[in-house]
Amino acid sequence: MSATGIGARVRRVEDQRFITGRGQYTDDIHRPYETRAYFVRSPHAHATIKSIDKRKAEKMPGVLAVLTGEDVAADKLGDLFCGWMVLSKDGSPMKAGSHPALAKGKVRYVGDHVAVVIAETLDQAKNATAEVKVDYGVLPAVADLRKARDPKAAQIHDNAPKNTVYEWVLGDQAAVDAAFAQAKHVTRLEMVNNRLIPNAIEPRAAIGEYEPGTDTYTLWSTSQNPHVLRLGLSAFIGLCPEHKFRVISPDVGGGFGSKIFIYPEETVCIWASKKVGRPVRWTAERSESFQADAHGRDHVTTGELALDANGKMLALRVKTLANLGGYLSTFSSAVPTFLYAPLLSGQYAIPAIVCEVDGVYTNTAPVDAYRGAGRPEACFVIERLVEVAARELNMDPAELRRRNFVTQFPYQTPVASLYDAGDYKASLEKAIQIADYKNFGRRRQESERRGKLRGVGFSAYIEACGVAPSNLVGQLGAGVGLWESAEISVTPTGMVEVLTGSHSHGQSHETTFAQLVSDRLGIPMNHISVVHGDTDKVQFGMGTYGSRSGPVGMSAIVVAVDKVIAKAKKVAAHILEAAEADIEFKDGKFTVVGTDKSAAFGEIALAAYVAHKFPTAEIEPGLKEHAFYDPTNFTFPAGTHICEVEIDPQTGVTEIANWVAVDDFGTVINPMVVEGQVHGGIAQGVGQALLEGCVYDDSGQLVTGSYMDYTMPRADNLPSFKVDYTTTKCPSNPLGMKGCGEAGAIAAPVALINAITNAVGHEDVPMPATSKAVWHALQKTERRKAAE
Amino acid sequence: MPTVTMTVNGRNVSVDVEPHTLLVQALREKLRLTGTHVGCDTSQCGACVVHVNGRAIKSCTMLAVQAQGADVITIEGLANGSKLHPMQEAFRDNHGLQCGFCTPGMIMSAVDIVKRKGNDLDEHTIREELEGNLCRCTGYHNIVKAIAAGAKAMKSGARA
Ligand code: FES
Ligand code: FES
Repeated sequence: MSATGIGARVRRVEDQRFITGRGQYTDDIHRPYETRAYFVRSPHAHATIKSIDKRKAEKMPGVLAVLTGEDVAADKLGDLFCGWMVLSKDGSPMKAGSHPALAKGKVRYVGDHVAVVIAETLDQAKNATAEVKVDYGVLPAVADLRKARDPKAAQIHDNAPKNTVYEWVLGDQAAVDAAFAQAKHVTRLEMVNNRLIPNAIEPRAAIGEYEPGTDTYTLWSTSQNPHVLRLGLSAFIGLCPEHKFRVISPDVGGGFGSKIFIYPEETVCIWASKKVGRPVRWTAERSESFQADAHGRDHVTTGELALDANGKMLALRVKTLANLGGYLSTFSSAVPTFLYAPLLSGQYAIPAIVCEVDGVYTNTAPVDAYRGAGRPEACFVIERLVEVAARELNMDPAELRRRNFVTQFPYQTPVASLYDAGDYKASLEKAIQIADYKNFGRRRQESERRGKLRGVGFSAYIEACGVAPSNLVGQLGAGVGLWESAEISVTPTGMVEVLTGSHSHGQSHETTFAQLVSDRLGIPMNHISVVHGDTDKVQFGMGTYGSRSGPVGMSAIVVAVDKVIAKAKKVAAHILEAAEADIEFKDGKFTVVGTDKSAAFGEIALAAYVAHKFPTAEIEPGLKEHAFYDPTNFTFPAGTHICEVEIDPQTGVTEIANWVAVDDFGTVINPMVVEGQVHGGIAQGVGQALLEGCVYDDSGQLVTGSYMDYTMPRADNLPSFKVDYTTTKCPSNPLGMKGCGEAGAIAAPVALINAITNAVGHEDVPMPATSKAVWHALQKTERRKAAE
Repeated sequence: MPTVTMTVNGRNVSVDVEPHTLLVQALREKLRLTGTHVGCDTSQCGACVVHVNGRAIKSCTMLAVQAQGADVITIEGLANGSKLHPMQEAFRDNHGLQCGFCTPGMIMSAVDIVKRKGNDLDEHTIREELEGNLCRCTGYHNIVKAIAAGAKAMKSGARA
């Protein structure tokens, strides 16, 4: 392994600008004659808009325009859309309600977009929004998903009776029923997967600019997938033809899913820039992020696991109610269905599984993909059931897992996933060893001596990454293919530009992609630059989410690099006066096999451009290739996390005493970067399990609307983590990579809840397991003990 | 419109501001020092930390006019020319950043922690002292390592 090759802990290329304050995030960019937008947002969760009087606001100092849903409709700007069609059990299409960029006739959650004021300065825009008089007809609201389908609940979209978006099912109900009839033991749990607010530290932002001379638009946006944003705004929303529209996502300060989607604010900024004839900029205030970024999770689930007398799993039955919020966001429909149910088999051979999911509207912010997207919810269901089953059967939770692991690959689950490779026992045993599980009992006694309770919890997670094989997702209802593109452009001096459709908002692509190309071409990393996030530079791309940049984005790069090498070999054959078949490329050098005749990569690049020494009718001059790589399967990263907690029974405060993660990500390009992804994922998972919870009151007001009320994980809530690997290569892509971005967030919540419930001796601990919740669980345990 | 005169990164500057303009707005929008970030509206994320008269301050909690006559250092002014501050180096060496958005505030806070708590910082102290800075990417693990290493490096000669 070279100092910068695959597997090396190379320091990041991008860091120089970030540690010196020279990053260029959207809000750092200023355009000549720019104006500021500020939104009038609904203070009500559910209301009709009877009228909007904007006359006074329009006359306020500095105001250039006040636009409402009427203007959106008059310009025939299309609705925001949900790009993944999900069918109900009866075959009927999901009930997608109308979603204009600015509300028309009705608002459906607190923070919904009612009007926008565009003014010379932000102060002027804000002052004028106070003068936009909206006459609301307040309606009853429903915020709790469990109440959404009550006959008396408010009706949110006319075309969705009982607020039901779909009633979906995957699996074989009859087979599951038959297996349950044979079961010796059934473990049954009610589970709530708490609602989360993503909170990337950079708030969303957009700058729209229309250029009348060329009739073109440019949008700077905090997007994880600029090409998809361009496609959506042009083809679906109808802003303008795609080739007249450039989207730039410069440095982006974290996404975690929340910056995938097409939102009203950026739609309004780019549309309004033509109306006012000047650039329009908007940056979310954090309170706007809380109200109007797409939220995550929010499931209520009943899970039942059937086992035989030996602890062999026979069947799994899952019924989930999923909150989709007030409107269907861009990929929302797929999250609690196709990204959820196919992972319910976990790492286990379970012969029969059925999962029913009912998606409902409520008067809350739209809910969509948030780090892990469906997979943390699935992992929570299966890993809670397994842990509790072990406790009920008086078995070691590790042993129950061992008995049921999938060991033969490929393995077809009953819920569509085809696991391609893995060694679940290896990661479990390694984690057990690192966590010193065999001495847990001693540590527990030691804690007890200090008046503390100690618990241990496992999470043997699996996830599906690398979205996704295009024809497969097409059959499942996706509106787009999910391949990735790459272009390798070699300059005459042998420098290499890597243009990728992936987008980095913290994932370190400028480093890891360059490492890969450097390794492949045998040239130094500083001869390589990685370009992303600009639709005028990169021809197309599907962006970054679902841990796809490695397995899909890098695979596309490999294919394109190999094409460059193939062409360079043809050129080299002429330069070195040998047959093409005799040219070997290694360590940055083209050599005639068996001779000492060779030419460096840079020499061949120059020769390709000078084009003096080969027939250009046979070989075109230049050295530049592109590739579209479409995966053949999802990838299946898996591993085991073991968490140990210590709880103070007086206060209910949980302290994480130890955290071990052993992950199988297949090939790892840069372990330093991968470990960083794991740390961040675990922290978000710990946030979900211990601290974070989005709360709406019964009237649909957002109670947790700022960092005062929504508890983000801080440094002193977390331990340092022990991270290690086992490796099985992914057989479906050229590098053997599986993806690592979401694993921590998927594995962590259930490991922590398993540990806490183990410590308190009661299974009924909600997320977030605040000190109050844990204390209440302890009181239940006390009462139970007293009754016994 | 009041005028604020202050020293920013060693340069004397005068800027016209509204009475309610925040220091962070003056830095970002008037002086185009966009390394100082805004991540919240309740003074809790720490993305905006700068040094004012030698102390770490959340620049979103201070009016620009309050900085009259002050000596302000932002992330852009931390390095000594092209030579990075040891804390900046430590963040790179320890992968203490991912998206980089919290990073300027983290580094400015970290330098302040070292000034107040010394060069031998244990993990517990660092974690407690980071109470005012949010990071959503790193899980803090590598930030904690970076600060411990940066603190040590600051002792061995380089300017604080
Ligand atoms: S911007 Fe969040 S603390 Fe200053
Ligand atoms: S590195 Fe992204 S918020 Fe800290």
